[in-house]
Formats: sequence, structure tokens, C-alpha cells
Amino acid sequence: MVTFDLVFPAWQFKGLPPDWPGGFWWHFIVFSIIILAFVLTLVIMFIWFERRTLGRMQARMGPNRVGPFGLLQAMADAIKVMLKEDIVPNGADKLVHLLAPLVAFVPVLMVFAVMPFQDGAALVNLNIGVLYVMAVSSISTLGIFMAGWGSNNKYTLISAMRDVASVVSYEIPVVLSLAGIVLLAGSLSLNDIVRSQAQSVPFVLLQPLGFIVFFLGGMAEINRSPFDLLEADSEIVAGFHTEYSGMKFALFYLAEYAEALVLSTLVATFFLGGWGGPLLPPWLWLIVKSWAVFFVLVWIRATVPRVRIDQLMTFSWKFLFPLALLNLVVTAVEVVAWPEALPVLLIPVNIAVGAVLVILLSRNFKPGGSQVEA
Amino acid sequence: MVMKTEPLVLNIGPAHPSTHGVFRMRATLDGEVIIDVEPIFGYLHRGIEKLAEERTYQQFIPLTDRLDYVSAMGNNMAYCMAVEKLAAIPVPERAEYIRVIMAELQRIASHLIAVGSFLNDCGAFMTPILYMVREREKIVDLFEMVSGQRLTYNYMRFGGLSQDVPDEFLPALRKFIDQMPRYLDEYDQLLKENEILLARTKGVGILSKETAINCSMTGPMLRGSGVPWDLRKADPYSVYSRFEFDIPCGARGDSYDRYRVRVEEMRQSVRIIRQAMEQLPVGPVRSKTPVMLIRPPAGEVYSHVESPKGELGFYLVSDGSIAPYRCHIRGPSFINLTALREMIVGWKVADAIVIFGSIDIVMGEVDR
Repeated sequence: MVTFDLVFPAWQFKGLPPDWPGGFWWHFIVFSIIILAFVLTLVIMFIWFERRTLGRMQARMGPNRVGPFGLLQAMADAIKVMLKEDIVPNGADKLVHLLAPLVAFVPVLMVFAVMPFQDGAALVNLNIGVLYVMAVSSISTLGIFMAGWGSNNKYTLISAMRDVASVVSYEIPVVLSLAGIVLLAGSLSLNDIVRSQAQSVPFVLLQPLGFIVFFLGGMAEINRSPFDLLEADSEIVAGFHTEYSGMKFALFYLAEYAEALVLSTLVATFFLGGWGGPLLPPWLWLIVKSWAVFFVLVWIRATVPRVRIDQLMTFSWKFLFPLALLNLVVTAVEVVAWPEALPVLLIPVNIAVGAVLVILLSRNFKPGGSQVEA
Repeated sequence: MVMKTEPLVLNIGPAHPSTHGVFRMRATLDGEVIIDVEPIFGYLHRGIEKLAEERTYQQFIPLTDRLDYVSAMGNNMAYCMAVEKLAAIPVPERAEYIRVIMAELQRIASHLIAVGSFLNDCGAFMTPILYMVREREKIVDLFEMVSGQRLTYNYMRFGGLSQDVPDEFLPALRKFIDQMPRYLDEYDQLLKENEILLARTKGVGILSKETAINCSMTGPMLRGSGVPWDLRKADPYSVYSRFEFDIPCGARGDSYDRYRVRVEEMRQSVRIIRQAMEQLPVGPVRSKTPVMLIRPPAGEVYSHVESPKGELGFYLVSDGSIAPYRCHIRGPSFINLTALREMIVGWKVADAIVIFGSIDIVMGEVDR
């Protein structure tokens, strides 16, 4: 009940209608169910969507047998996976092996505790929301490392090392890229960030650089292609979940897509205006925007090859990190110098600055990596 | 503080997604860097060379299909040419042209698989290989038209072919040949200039000209290193001297060059097939030779062709009986593996897979 302990002091009863029956517990139960339903349904839909879209992009059909358009394929897979034998390899650390999928999956759900589905409607409207999201979402890494270490397998160990290395380096640009948003919104609360976007424009226009850094860094953190080094099937078989089967494997699989959902919803919330939008109900806007972001993720996965581990590190430290720092400086100067500036003025300036910086940095960026003298 | 570290021995294969069969590399890792690699093979050994001695010359043709099963037509052709040279069997002109068409189609099919799985090894998630398999499927359909088979064709015979091509073959081939350049452009559009692909393959796994020659490498491996050696030009067999085509060469001998050489070779193959279709004469497709049993005069012969992977040679010794006394096969996949260690050591695990993929081996030919 980490969520409970964390959120209790900060919890405020303001997002719900005043005549809502009951107190905290009602709110807690209702929102837990909403979050579970939201995450699990969307994850299943995302799995279906990714497989179908990849199929279309790769000149094949994709799943189309179970249910209309193969919609129930995930259900069939779930039943299959539950009936599978649970195998623990010889010499594995049994406890770590068992705990790893849980440690990987639960934090992903916990991120949604602060996610606003509409104005003020979240499990808790935490005033340090951004900090909470960044902190909780990186706990999954521990689960992956436990899986890699506990499986007693060299491939999983390599994968675990790669994951720790990549998450440690990508946390920094990702957090820095969010600092620009926090400066603009003047708050760490996710709801306030969305609200300030609803009052002006989506931050993707005001923070194009931050968007690029957050999106790419986020992709690396959730290990989506082209940064999917830790489950690089052509190199290290299945990476950290090589030795997993049955429900434990399913949890990893769910966690992977739930992380993709987290990234999509976070990008939607931070940069695309979250629940804000005309006509449609706010929660639907959030889903539509996350879905659009997820489509880009699938599109990238279908197209590009994978980077190498040293190129992954170089890309973070020599490209995203300076970009995020420069973005923070530029945003800070803007916020201090023209606190009342209209978005109409800031948008072209920021886009121009972003384009120039990206072009300059990419001109001088060498992915590097060469043969090591043996 | 200096931490004590020790190298990690990692078994890559024989059951691994990108060892293209049952190849096994015992790699010694220092972190992610490979400091030593030892190739181990033999998991697919079927004793094909020995089997040749137990069969008549004719009966061995289907077994050649099982050597490099991605380019069965080329193997058929190489073996038939060796026996024809040994027994001095003439081959009618039409049969030669159809053989060339088949061999070039097979080269396209083999290179499609090679390039596709190479890009897959680089981590392009399935898209390139599925695009390429789509086109390979059309080639396999063409082969099915002429031989009834989709993988092991057993189409060629001593002195020609088992049968002439059916009427619907040439229009279908024409259609395919007209489409193919567009598809090749499509593949190039997808990944040729991709930054990540360039970063992953440019300068990775460099094979110098000297090493390539010293290791007696052939095929796209050698040409990727910048040696314009192609048996179709260097020792023209069949009717290759009548066609115009170029030998694509790489400059640096890295994985990217080998990938590009293969793509360009597909374009050249399309060119050759187009010319062969124009020149295709009418006439018989098989000379009058004994169908079942031939008894070549005692002697020995070596005959080679440029298979998609390099020089495929058959060395046959005859003692005048109905079966070869000895049959040795020079499999290009096997010999191209010679420089594996030199290319891989010092690179990272991910590079090792890419370099290995760029060699393009088929285990059926390595282990025989």
C-alpha cells in the first residue's frame, strides 16, 4: 500500500462532485477500479493495435482469427499463458525470480495514481506529481534487474546490465526536459500542468525541444525499438525474460505494454494537452491522444533498426542531455524575461530555437563506437 | 579500488534466433566486448559427400538441393556442369539459357533472404525481411511452375533440364522482372540511408582485401572488400559471356558494403534475366544421354559456378563405375567463415551478430 501511504497526507477531496457519497475510501476504491480498468483494457487494446498495425506495415495480416478483427486474440493468449507450466531454472534465485515480474509491473500501475483523467479527477492530485511519476516509473528497472540476475542465465544478465545502464543515463535528460514544462506551468502537479495547457496551448508547441527529448528518452526508458536493447531478440534471445514462462512471463509482457501506455499518456498529458479538448469527453481525449502517440511508437518500431549499447549511451549523454540542458536554459530565460508573453510570440521563437539546436547538435553528433584492440 | 573482473564465456547458438540454423559461436566477453570467439559447427552434418559415393551420378542430384537449400537451383547447376564436364555431355542452347535464368532467379531469391535476415539481425523488426519474403514468394512460385517444388527443385539433369518450361512461365517471369526493380527501390527507400543502420554497419566488421584473398573468400564477401572477382566474368561458364552486366564492388569491406553489394547484384541479375529472355532460343532442352545410368570415363574434374554465396565447386573423381569414387564440395558458406574471428574480435555482442549476418551462410552448406 505504498500508494496509500504516499498519497494520504496530500489527498484533497476536490476533484469529485460535492455530493459524492462517502469519504476517502470510496474515492480510493472507485479510482483504483477506474485505473485498473483503464490500464488493463488499454493495454490489451494496445497489444491488439500494435500487432494489427505491424501486420499492415509489414505486408501481412496480423491476428484476425479470434473474434472480430482478431480483437480477442489477447484473451486467447491470456488463457494460453495461464495454462502454461511455470518453469524455474536450476540454480535460479527462486524468491528473486518470483518477485521480479511483480516489481516490474506494479510501479507501472502506480504511475496512474496521479494521472488526471479529467479536471481534478485522479486518484490523488499530488502537488509533486512530476516527481512522483519519475520516481515510481523507474522502480520497474529494479524488477528487470532482479529478473536478469535471478534467472541464472548469461543472456538475462547482459540484458539486466543494459537496462540499468540505459535507465540511469536516460533518467537525466527526461527529467530535465520536464523541468521546462514545470517552469511554464509553475506547478509540479499533473492536473495543473494540463490546466495551464488548456488555458494557453499544448506544450508541444511551446516546448518542441522538451517534447523531442522526453519522447526519445522515454522510448529508451521503456525499451521500445530502436532502443529495445534488453530484449534484442537477434542478440540476446529474449533478454531478461528468457527464462520466464506462464503467468510470470505474461506479467512482464503486460508491464512492457503498460509502460508504453504510461509513456503515451505522459506525453499526452505533458505535451499534448492531456484531457483538454473540444466536444469529446475529457477521458476520451486522453485515450485518443495516447493512442496517437502509441501509433508513432509502433510506426518507429516497424521501421528502424536497433542501436548498439554504446551508441545508446552516446545518444543520451552527448545529444539528449545537452539538448535538455539548453532547453531548460532557454525556457528559464523566457519565463523570467517575458513572463506575460503571448504564446503566439513564443511558439515561433521556440520552434526556431529548437530546430537550430537540433540541427547544430546532430551535425556534430557522432554515434561513435569502434573496434576495441584485443 | 581496482575491481577484479573475469571474462564471461557466452554460448551463442546452436539454438539462437540469429545463428541462421545451427551455427554455434563460443564467445568470450569482457563486458559487452568480444575478446575471443570460436566457431563450432557440425550440428547439421549429414555426410552428403560420402552419400555421393553410395549413389549413382543421377541419384545425387536431389541431394545437391540440400546443400545450400536457399539456392538449390545453383547447386543443381554446379553439379550437373561437373558431371557434364567429366562425361563430356553436350548441353543444348535453350537448356543453357533456362539454366542461367534459373540461376539468376535463385540468386535474387537467395540475396533477398540474405539481405532481409541481415537487416533483421540489425534489429529492424521483421519489416524488411517480410517485404523481401513477399518477393521471394513470387520467385518460388516461378520455380514451382517449372519443377513442381518450392524449395528443393531437382530440376536440372545431365545434358539439360528435366523438362522444358511451361507456357505460362515466360509471361509470369516477364511480369516479375518488370516489377522487381521497383521493389528493390522500395527496400532502398526504407533503410539504405537510415542513420541507425549506417551507425550500426558502416565500418563494422571490416574485412581487408588481403585477408579476404588469403582466406580464399569468394562471392559478395570478396566483392564487398573491393576485389572485382566474379566467376561469371573471370571464368565464364554456360552462356554468361553473352550477357552484359557489371560486378558491383564495395570500397571498405565493411558490413554495409556487403549489404550494398548484394542489393546491387540483384539489380544485375534482373538485367541478365532480361537479356536471357530476349535471346532465349527454341529447341530441345536435353541432349540425348542415357537417362538413368552414366559411366563417365575414369578421371577427375573440378567445376565451379558463382553461387549466390560465392564459388561453389564440385570435385569429382570417377573410376569408370556408375558412382563417383570421390565427391568433394567446395562450399562457399564454409570458406567464407574463415575470417569470422578476425572480423568479430574487438566488437560488441550486437556487432558480432551483424557481422555474422553479413557473411550470409547456410548451415546446410557449411556442415554438408
